[in-house]
Amino acid sequence: MTSLRNRTAQIAPNAILALVTLRNERVRLPYFLDYYRGIGIDHFLIVDNDSNDGSREFLADQPDVSLWTTGESYKGSRFGMDWLNHLLRRYGAGHWCLTVDPDEFLVYPHVNTRPLRALTDWLESSGQRSFSAMLLDMYPKGPITDQPYREGQDPFEIAAWFDPANYAIRKNRKFLNLWIQGGPRARSFFADQPQSAPALNKIPLVRWQRRFAYASSTHMLLPRSLNLVYDQDGGEMASGALLHAKFLSTFIAKSAEELDRRQHYADSQEYRAYHQGLQDAADFWCPQSRRYRDWRQLEEVGLISRGNWA
Amino acid sequence: MNSIRPRPMPVLVPPHPAAPAPEAATVQLGVVMLCHENLPLAARMARIWADGGACVALHVDSKAPEPEVAQLHRALEGTAAVYAPSRSCSWGTFSLVAATQDAARALLTAHPHLTHVLLVSGSCLPLRPVAELRAFLSRYPDADFIESVNVSDVGWTVGGLNEERFTLHFPFSFRKNRKLFDRYVQLQRRLGVKRRLPQGVAPHIGSQWWCLTARTLRAVLDDPRRREFDRYFRRVWIPDESYFQTLVRRHSVRIESRSLTLAKFDNQGKPYVFYDDHLALLANSHIFVARKIWPGAKALYDAFPMSASPAEVAEEPDAERLEALLERAAQRRRLGRPGLYMQSRFPRKDAENGKTAQRYSVIYGFGDAFEGLREWLAHATRREIHGHLLHREEIEFASGEMIGPGALSANPALRDLDTQGFLASLIRSSDGMPGFLYSPRDLQKLNWFMATDPNAQIFVLTGAWIAPLLQSDMPFDDVRRMAAKLQRAEIAFLDILDSVWVKARVRRWALTDVLGDPEEALTALCQTLRPDAGPALPPLPPLRDMRGVAGLLRQLRNAGLKPRKMGDPRLLRALTGGVTRPGQARPGGDRAGRAGKTAAPGG
Repeated sequence: MTSLRNRTAQIAPNAILALVTLRNERVRLPYFLDYYRGIGIDHFLIVDNDSNDGSREFLADQPDVSLWTTGESYKGSRFGMDWLNHLLRRYGAGHWCLTVDPDEFLVYPHVNTRPLRALTDWLESSGQRSFSAMLLDMYPKGPITDQPYREGQDPFEIAAWFDPANYAIRKNRKFLNLWIQGGPRARSFFADQPQSAPALNKIPLVRWQRRFAYASSTHMLLPRSLNLVYDQDGGEMASGALLHAKFLSTFIAKSAEELDRRQHYADSQEYRAYHQGLQDAADFWCPQSRRYRDWRQLEEVGLISRGNWA
Repeated sequence: MNSIRPRPMPVLVPPHPAAPAPEAATVQLGVVMLCHENLPLAARMARIWADGGACVALHVDSKAPEPEVAQLHRALEGTAAVYAPSRSCSWGTFSLVAATQDAARALLTAHPHLTHVLLVSGSCLPLRPVAELRAFLSRYPDADFIESVNVSDVGWTVGGLNEERFTLHFPFSFRKNRKLFDRYVQLQRRLGVKRRLPQGVAPHIGSQWWCLTARTLRAVLDDPRRREFDRYFRRVWIPDESYFQTLVRRHSVRIESRSLTLAKFDNQGKPYVFYDDHLALLANSHIFVARKIWPGAKALYDAFPMSASPAEVAEEPDAERLEALLERAAQRRRLGRPGLYMQSRFPRKDAENGKTAQRYSVIYGFGDAFEGLREWLAHATRREIHGHLLHREEIEFASGEMIGPGALSANPALRDLDTQGFLASLIRSSDGMPGFLYSPRDLQKLNWFMATDPNAQIFVLTGAWIAPLLQSDMPFDDVRRMAAKLQRAEIAFLDILDSVWVKARVRRWALTDVLGDPEEALTALCQTLRPDAGPALPPLPPLRDMRGVAGLLRQLRNAGLKPRKMGDPRLLRALTGGVTRPGQARPGGDRAGRAGKTAAPGG
């Protein structure tokens, strides 16, 4: 991993950082950066895994991005986590760090009126070091090729729908994290092998310390007490969601490429399932799908909670 | 609400008839301000008080950085603010009381004409102009506004220490050394340690923030026994919530036991914080001072203090709506929403505060006894009645579709990742009181969950599992094996329903009850599912053909399987047309008469 632009000297002591690894996401980047700047990310630490679509050049020009590049294998680095754990240890200690993919958009309670720092200040005063935000798969109505995604566009104008209550939750006794599966991918692509459906539990926002590490993607952390982001006595802790803008027109090319590269988890089983599904012109939409409105709706449905953050 | 507007200059607020200026002028307000961190903000707040005509005395924590302190002094030049000597303050200790005493003394010495003194922190935001506060105080000239509750009547403190705050010793820091703190408390409880209270003192506690008349405050500061009291309170836990609250009881002529400062704590003992989106709520509360305000809440800092409209200038503070909001949040944190299982609420078994979100019906066995029962019930009760949701091979949603309520999939493998979550999600996503069919052939792993759930109404028809076997073509050995399995499952379920842990409403019928009077059972079902429907039922669904059941039962008994829970065997024989050998009686699909001919008196 080599450093292309190191602007980490700009990072103020209380800056909120975003850490991202990506490959060929040029068309998504402008909206992604603007969204996170808007909620209050101060600096982006990005690892570019050998893009050839101009992503790297675009990012190098951004004043609040520090950029690294690598041609190493994504799979060989435990799906990018080795790179990010390294950056987190090096630059993240003492900061609130948000680790996301370029197609994940954090929504938390009061997101429309309170910046991310209000949340991190509150978490800190509550003695909470990590914040849960489950992955919420968003999808368009009709085949995903129908509405092409334009650069700079809010992806949720197209992928506006989600499954309100189709999620299975189990507790991982070893790491103490919850393991959430379900949503449109599970019901459309993984009906025959539900055990292999992608994990949706994520803990992307952490007040980092040098001894912390992501154990498997952002699904679980070490030490495992960081995974206790849920109440076990019936109460609700605060939580958010990562709106997942994966299922856009850009996905077709992406899934073909990823299938080719076989760089993903479990031999890209997921991508193979998608590819099959997409060839059958899969449409995730069903009459029970909900059209996304705002965080309050997600809270009402029971996907996120404000806890006692009134 | 116009949220971004220049801060009104409080001194320019026109006097209002409801708050006559001459009266207000008799109130000379002093403010004691305790500052710890964020001194620029404290300077801004002090400036608001001073500009409003109040005399200000500050105590600045000695731990505050030197340059910030200098900047504070510069910012307050020309306001005649006085400063108490700096002490190092730490939470929960007497240092906060001492700092208050020092600053109050400095204030009263510098401004002997004051009539009232208000205690605030550097991060308390005045919501209403100082003039409105003065007018308010002039309406209660002798009152001391200080929350002061006898410790023996308190139920709200976090951590459970009430009286013990006054009677135990607290040498260890609660925040830095929590374990030691707790253990030392335990130890003292065990040993029965009890400090002696100063004579004549009844311990009271309450909010740290008060507004006293200068007369009362002086009396507390000049109390001849002050040395004794200070020595005692030095070892009390969180004395800033009890020193003045206790001692005013000795001197005050009139205590209004409420604080003019809104400072609510959550169940972790952490103050609630206000943000820009609380602006309207704060403005309509007519509260005088609020804490804590998030430092980044620019709209709040810009908008307050906000003078009330002329009609509301004399409004009394009313925190009811705000407190309701905070109370709802506290509830959500503590109890959560019943029947919700999600990423930040995953209750342990029996700690759910509601296993499911609403009432639902479990209709056990009836589907085997009646034909087309699901459709009939749905029609008769206009409820969403699903088929066998817990069927091992296929999930039968009411809609007949592959996707059900909440976008749950009809794929049993997905359901079985988290069967309980599946049922809870389905119930939470359904409109009014859903129901579903259940039988011993289905997955049995939710039996305890449903039986211990007060939302469940379980209608049980025992012995009905025999009906489908009666009509199957299976060889007898398979029938016997299946019967054994189903009966075992049924008895296990009934054992659960007979246990003392049952919270569900359960009604039971035996097969013979229903064969004898099908209308009675179905009427009971419908009336529970739809109490407002009235007694008229649509034509009853036909009973399945039960001829030969007595014979099959005898055959099973002779093969070593004793059938149970069928009801009275003689009655069963009479109702199902006597003993016919199953080999002869079991249908091969060739029987024309489908309705239970002997057993449908009402249908």
